Amino acid sequence: MQEITKINVRTWSMLGQKGTIGGIALPEIMDSYPNCFVLTADLGHTTGLDRIMSQYNERFINVGIAEQNLVGVAAGIAFDNNISVATTFATFLTMRCYEQIRHNLGYQRANVKLIGAMAGFSIGMFGNTHYSYEDIALMRAIPNMCVVAPADATEAYKMIYEAVKIEGPVYIRLSDSTNCGIVYKEDYNLEIGKAIKITDGSDGVIISYGGMVYECMKAMKILEEHGIFMKLINMHTIKPLDTKILDELSNENIIFTVEEHSVIGGIGSAISDYYSGFKKSPQIKRIGINDKFINPGEQQYVKKTNGIDNIGIANTIIKELAYGE
Amino acid sequence: MKEIDKMDIIRKNKLIDMACRMRRLAIEMAYAANKNGAHLGGGLSLIEIMAVLYGEVMNVDASQPNSENRDIFLLSKAHGVLAYYTALYEKGFISREDIDSFEKEGSDFIGHPIRNIEKGIEYSGGSLGMALSVAVGYALSFKMKKNERKVYVVLGDGECQEGSNWEAFFAAYKYKLNNLIIIIDNNGLQSDGKVEEISGISDLGQMIASFGGDVRVVDGHNVEELYNELMSEIGDSPKVIIANTIKGKGVSFMENNYVWHHGILSEKQFRDAMDEVTK
Repeated sequence: MQEITKINVRTWSMLGQKGTIGGIALPEIMDSYPNCFVLTADLGHTTGLDRIMSQYNERFINVGIAEQNLVGVAAGIAFDNNISVATTFATFLTMRCYEQIRHNLGYQRANVKLIGAMAGFSIGMFGNTHYSYEDIALMRAIPNMCVVAPADATEAYKMIYEAVKIEGPVYIRLSDSTNCGIVYKEDYNLEIGKAIKITDGSDGVIISYGGMVYECMKAMKILEEHGIFMKLINMHTIKPLDTKILDELSNENIIFTVEEHSVIGGIGSAISDYYSGFKKSPQIKRIGINDKFINPGEQQYVKKTNGIDNIGIANTIIKELAYGE
Repeated sequence: MKEIDKMDIIRKNKLIDMACRMRRLAIEMAYAANKNGAHLGGGLSLIEIMAVLYGEVMNVDASQPNSENRDIFLLSKAHGVLAYYTALYEKGFISREDIDSFEKEGSDFIGHPIRNIEKGIEYSGGSLGMALSVAVGYALSFKMKKNERKVYVVLGDGECQEGSNWEAFFAAYKYKLNNLIIIIDNNGLQSDGKVEEISGISDLGQMIASFGGDVRVVDGHNVEELYNELMSEIGDSPKVIIANTIKGKGVSFMENNYVWHHGILSEKQFRDAMDEVTK
């Protein structure tokens, strides 16, 4: 594993999360784990696997445009004491072969790491058939699944290493393309299941994951100009939920959850579900896609027109803190 | 066809006897399941196939269920438990206690198998069309590791309507997985009636043969034919055997009768069935 140097942080952010995982971390992992296989469903080039395809051919499987087979084959390989890493677009990976994920990974705990690339609307002009609003909701609902979403390329690099260390299925959501925002400028301790407090603040809490953490950091600059100081939590692990930090936050007045995902079934839902068992808990305000298919476009355009870019997030928070009950 | 190891009459009769015992036990289990019923039709059509696989062909050993050299068996047509559990019992993987617990409260031996390597059960099947892909995964791993292990998968003919099977076929042929043996229990019936009427498919063998490999057709109740094909020379593609069978085989009121896909035996039906299979 490489050191998290300034140069790596910058280079990897240029490559983006999938470029970093596919082109940097996975080749290293293939060297360290002779029983690791990488699989894709005709999206090898698109999900950053060029080096794997050319240099690790004997442990690379391309099943073609056949996602059900992708997961089944990954499971069969894993059952023979191997690690399988299977990648394609998040929407196809989590929906076309959902049952295969449920039966093979959830129910029979096949040691498969699923990498859902281009989640949210990072795929831009390809439109709604390629967006994933529901992948977190779907993966969360399966027992024994671990569901994670790295905030930047450095976290993606560290995350895939953590994922191959644990025994059992993991879904890794990548919500970017190239040139993703930098959240972590230097090394830090990443533990699956342990959320990270990025900033402190007494006006409320923002909980986010994936590429939206960076968007929230930008939003917080706007909030600071308005004298609003928020705690920002990077909840890189949506399942298992870090209930310890939620317990610590249970006396807060308000938590804003921010995600490039439907408000149904994502982190907003997960946290609301958890707090619903409490006698007293924070107000939860969910920021995400409000149960609709959006007008498609480039990622930033889509975020802006749906109020989940930095300006939209900041406005929602300002309004809620000023006028909310 | 080169015969690698032709069975003598003693081994053949042993297999026939094994199949007889399995068939009787299957009916006893189905009756003991009371109102839970059992997948009788598809269990009975599978008996000889499972007898030959477990009795002669597969490299599996109940005293070493975790062996790293063992062949892998996946029952994709996973409702065929009556043939599967009885074969596992014959081979010593599961106990009489396990058999007697079939479909009782708290049992692990229910209408579809639950993965338990210690008991020789490699896969929790049930949802049709799932296991062939998993078999491809195993076969690929064996190829990579350059070992001699084989993967055996049993599919149903109705089950072949699931598109996921065909995704697996594409990969199996592309990767020339000649360590993969696929047996199709071709009994012509499914839950709602005749396979041909419901699906419009009349010749599975022709469809599979179009991938370029060899597809063999046998009488799925003839242990010698099954054995000879299963042991025949390996080519450079998966071995596919279409075993023509009779759903409900052995019990006259069940044979070729789709209503016995899953059914509950009355006491009289149980007695009649046992009479027929205890000849």
